[in-house]
Amino acid sequence: MLRLLAVFLLMFGLSVPALAQEATVDPRAETGGAQTLDDIMRRQSQQKVDDTFRRSETGDPEAAAPITAPLGTRGGQSDADLWRALRYDTADVTTQARGPAAKTLIQDGGMWWLKFREGPLLTYGAALLGGTLVLLALFYLIRGRIRIKGAKTGRTITRFSGVERFGHWLLAASFLILGVTGLISLFGRKVLIPAFGHEAFSTLAIGTKWVHNNVSWAFMVALVIIFVFWVIHNLPDRTDLHWLAKGGGIFGNSHPPAKKFNAGQKLIFWSVIVLGGSISVSGISLLFPFEFNMFGATFAKLNDWGVAGWVGSDPLPYPLSPQEEMQYAQLWHAIVSLVLTAIIFAHIYIGSIGMEGAFDAMGSGDVEEQWAREHHSLWVDEVQEAELRQGRKA
Amino acid sequence: MKAFLIAMVALVVITVGANQVLTLGNFSSEAVSASTGNVRIDD
Repeated sequence: MLRLLAVFLLMFGLSVPALAQEATVDPRAETGGAQTLDDIMRRQSQQKVDDTFRRSETGDPEAAAPITAPLGTRGGQSDADLWRALRYDTADVTTQARGPAAKTLIQDGGMWWLKFREGPLLTYGAALLGGTLVLLALFYLIRGRIRIKGAKTGRTITRFSGVERFGHWLLAASFLILGVTGLISLFGRKVLIPAFGHEAFSTLAIGTKWVHNNVSWAFMVALVIIFVFWVIHNLPDRTDLHWLAKGGGIFGNSHPPAKKFNAGQKLIFWSVIVLGGSISVSGISLLFPFEFNMFGATFAKLNDWGVAGWVGSDPLPYPLSPQEEMQYAQLWHAIVSLVLTAIIFAHIYIGSIGMEGAFDAMGSGDVEEQWAREHHSLWVDEVQEAELRQGRKA
Repeated sequence: MKAFLIAMVALVVITVGANQVLTLGNFSSEAVSASTGNVRIDD
């Protein structure tokens, strides 16, 4: 019995190394550690490939023969090892050129960015702006101009002071200039160069780049002005819920009561502040390349919170090379700008041809009292009460 | 109309002013990233 147990223990003891060997079998043993046919097939079909076996294969100077010894001249790092380190941006690069981007000789975030920038970004961007214009045209055809329904009084109420209108027009003009010059930069290579040629576009691009970069400061100044003057009037309150429930009275004859700004205007205001602020921050990042890297830090934070997992996707890329930071900043800047432009199209429509009497608010600053009663009844009451109080004091 | 015109003047002043400040303050990409002092072109 004891002999039988000894045989069993011996058999078990001999089988453990064999099992262990099977568990750690190297899938790339056949190729000597290089990539396999499976890796190539996966990459060609755009599937994810675990590239750790290449990424980490960058030589081992610690285990190298002295450089004076035969075959030791490379210091433990072959040319292939060095190129792999450059390709995965782990090489210790020294350069005379200053700036963080100078040390990244190969970065693989460029191709998908370029393809996205030249493909879907342009297609969906044009569709968004074009679609918004078509929808507004359809709305105009169906609804027509929103008229002042009651009899005009001939009296006016001051809606916006000179400083408020100054801030608005500074923001509006700078936004339109930035929008046009931004679109020229975005659509230049794919649309304008084929249409007008390289020479003509070169002159245009140099000019629009100068204008876009420098007008941006006027936009940021104006953004601060309108925030300071209007934030108090744009805090959400209970009247907004009623206004939204009635759809702003855009169809039908009812006009839900509103204060100085109705819920629709508040949505425009906060869109301009939040999206305009985001465009400004990403724009500053692009104006001073590689100085303000925000995306890597943001992605790391989002990964810590597991945000990508909530939607079932892989963690966001981190760390990012300096060039990738700029690529993300460019995409963010363009996408958020396109969204804000679509919103502003609707704002321009309703403030001009879409509604009778609306333009006066930003034109002369004084609006017809009947218009004010129909669209901002609570604000008219506030203004008239304040005037009464002033009168009593006097 | 006056507010609009003043805004247009301010836009031009801020645009040109910002460019002047950034140019004179050596904030151009060339000033930030080029390293002319260490390049020996004549050798």
